[in-house]
Parts: sequence; C-alpha cells; structure tokens
Amino acid sequence: MMALNFAARRLLCNGESSNFALRGITTFKLPELSYDFGALEPFISGKIMELHVTKHHAAYVNNLNNALLQHAEAEKMGDIAKMIALQGAIKFNGGGHVNHDIFWTNLISPKDFRPPSGELLQKIETQWKSLENFKVAFSAASAGVQGSGWGWLGYNKNMDSLEVVTLPNQDPLSTMGLVPLLGVDVWEHAYYLDYKNVRPDYLKAIWNVVNWKNVEERLTAAKK
Amino acid sequence: MAFTLPALTFEYQALEPYVDTTTMQIHHTKHHQTYITNVNNALEKFPELASLGIVDLNKAVGTDKIPKELATVVRNNGGGHWNHSFFWKVLTAPTNSNGPSAELKAAIDASFGSMDDLKTKFNAAATTRFGSGWAWLGMKPDGTLGITSTPNQDNPLMPVADDHLVPILGLDVWEHAYYLKYQNRRPEYIAAFWNVVNWEQVNANFTAAVGGAVPSL
Repeated sequence: MMALNFAARRLLCNGESSNFALRGITTFKLPELSYDFGALEPFISGKIMELHVTKHHAAYVNNLNNALLQHAEAEKMGDIAKMIALQGAIKFNGGGHVNHDIFWTNLISPKDFRPPSGELLQKIETQWKSLENFKVAFSAASAGVQGSGWGWLGYNKNMDSLEVVTLPNQDPLSTMGLVPLLGVDVWEHAYYLDYKNVRPDYLKAIWNVVNWKNVEERLTAAKK
Repeated sequence: MAFTLPALTFEYQALEPYVDTTTMQIHHTKHHQTYITNVNNALEKFPELASLGIVDLNKAVGTDKIPKELATVVRNNGGGHWNHSFFWKVLTAPTNSNGPSAELKAAIDASFGSMDDLKTKFNAAATTRFGSGWAWLGMKPDGTLGITSTPNQDNPLMPVADDHLVPILGLDVWEHAYYLKYQNRRPEYIAAFWNVVNWEQVNANFTAAVGGAVPSL
C-alpha cells in the first residue's frame, strides 16, 4: 500500500473487488540488485547507488503504478481525455522504470570486471575500429546530452548493427526502434554527489564498472 | 564583445541554510561559467549576433536570425547565461526581510487570488517539470501574471517557449541547483526557495514588465 495517492487508496479500500490483481493490472516492482550499493566504489559511491535505487527508481515505480491504476479507471469509465492526460506520466515513469531496470544489470563490481568479447567485441571493433574509439564516442555523445537523459548502445535488428544514441529525460530506447544493450544515466542525480558538474569524469569512470557479460547477453537475446 | 560572468550581490554562504554554500559556488563558477564560455565560443565568428545582447539573443531563439548550425548551442548556452544571470538577482540572504510591493501584491491577488495561491501554483510548476528546467512567474501579454515552466535552459522570452511571459521571478530546478543538499527532495528545495527571494528585485522586475520592458540584468 506504500506511497499510493488518495484516489488509489480509496479504490483499494472500498468494499469492491478493486485490488490490482483482480483488475488484471500488473504492478511493477523495484528490482533487487545483484550487488551491494557500495560494490561499484570508488567509481560510483554507495551513497549515490542507494539514493538512485531507493529514491529515484522507487519513485518511478510508484508513480508508474499510480498512473496505470488511474488509466485503468479512466478506461473503465470510457474517459478518453483522462487516458490521454495520463500518457505523459506513463511515459516518464514507465521509461524511468525500464531504463533503470536495465542500468542496474549493466553494472558490476570492479573486482568482477571483464572486458567485452565474442560477437559484441567483433561488432564494436568493426564499427568503431577499436573498443577505445567506441568508448570515446559513447562518452562524447553522453557528455553532450543537454539537461537530463541517457546514452545508449543499441542494437538495430534490421541492419544487424550497433548504434550509439542519446535520448532526453526518460524516453526509452524502444522509441527509436533499437534494442537496449548498454545504458548510461546522465541525469545529474546519477553522478553529482561524486563528480559535481564534471560529467566527463563520471563517463570515464563508469567504464570500470560496465558488466560487459550482461551487454553480450542482451545482444545474443536480441538476435534471436 | 564577449559575455562575462556577473558577480553575485551576496556571498556564497549568504543563502544558508536554504541553499548551501558549495552549491552556490559550483553553480556560479562552474555551471553558469560553462554556459558563458560555450556561447562566447559559438558566437566568436558571428559578432553581429553577439552584439545583439543576451536578451535579444534569447528572443531570437527559434527564428532564422540564428543560423541553423548555431541554433542548439545558442538555445542551451545563451538561454543558460540569461537564466542564471536573472536568477542570481532574484536571490538574497534570508535576513533581508523584504516582500512584494503593494502593486505587485495587488497583481498577484488579481491573477491568482492570494500570495499562497501563487506559491501553490508556482511550486506545482516547479515540482512537475520533468527532468531539467525552470519555473517562472511572469507577465503575460495581456498584463496579468502567469506561471509556467520550461525545459532545459529555455525561458519564456524565447519564441520556442510554450508560454510567452516577461519573467519576474524564476527558479532553477535542474538537479545541480539542489542535489548536494536536498538530493531527490525537490519539493523541499522549492519550499526553502521562498526564504531567499529578493522581493526588492522582483518588484523592480514587475515594474519593468508593467512598462513593457524585459527586466535588466
């Protein structure tokens, strides 16, 4: 029942069969990370990780669930105007949930770091000449995001190729028709406590904690 | 003539405990300075644009006065320079217990109902601006006051803005403006902001707007 707004609580409490499951609505949940908040130190602090997961990502999850509940109600009432009005909240918070869900799996303790290999490395070297060149290109693109957003390595199924793109706010990579492989959050909350205004330093440091095995797995799954 | 970083009228620690010293230092000397450096670099080969001055440069964003290849850098950095220059002036130490002038208060009451209603609406605009941006109180073309928010470094002077207002009061809600002290708690920062508003400057901004002018920096 945590963090539900008044309308949602009222729906859940008034005698009708109005809980999420009976309405056939999926509730989204904050994922468990496979590592402790402090595991990415010294590159990303435990303080940032704890805030990022338990405050920022949690808010996206709560707000998404809220918005979807309201959307279902509006749909039941045939209130199209209300459904349209909720689109923004669903995009912001749904995108936020999707993006952060991917991000946590893209990261790994520096102790367990392994460089990329296999087809992923092959594609990177084919397209960018070297892993170093790719990292420079990715970091430059991500540093150039104006305001809040994300840098992505995505897979283009039609072209069987990789692409580096950036997106604003919490727009998910799916909006560009690409499969997300590796995302880097460049909202200031992702790095400010550690790196202040020096986003490029964060973008250099993060390469030490990229879980390339996860990125490879995502490419493999995308090619199926 | 290149744009330069304006000095603050107060010490970095003057807004404590509402805005922390470190944030003020970094916000002024790093973030704002970077916008200035970037817009100066971009306009180096376009002296006629630089000589427009920062207000008219902002008013040209989205028009063909600005060459396509400069459009984005001018919007982001010319916007950033005006926004922050404006912002520093509407802030002051919390001990400066000034308030809205009689004329401004009358306009606020007429447009919103009361000061509390203004704050509620302004705070909502500041809270619900998703991602980076600013919240604004300003004068609409019809002379009434309105509230809006803009993304990134846009402002209501720009033709690209949803709402065209002459800014009177603004609040930076980029995370860099509050994260060190407030982390994710943006609403707390927004509430604290009202303790450091420089109403003397806001009154002057209102007077300028009434006279049909953009507040001077």
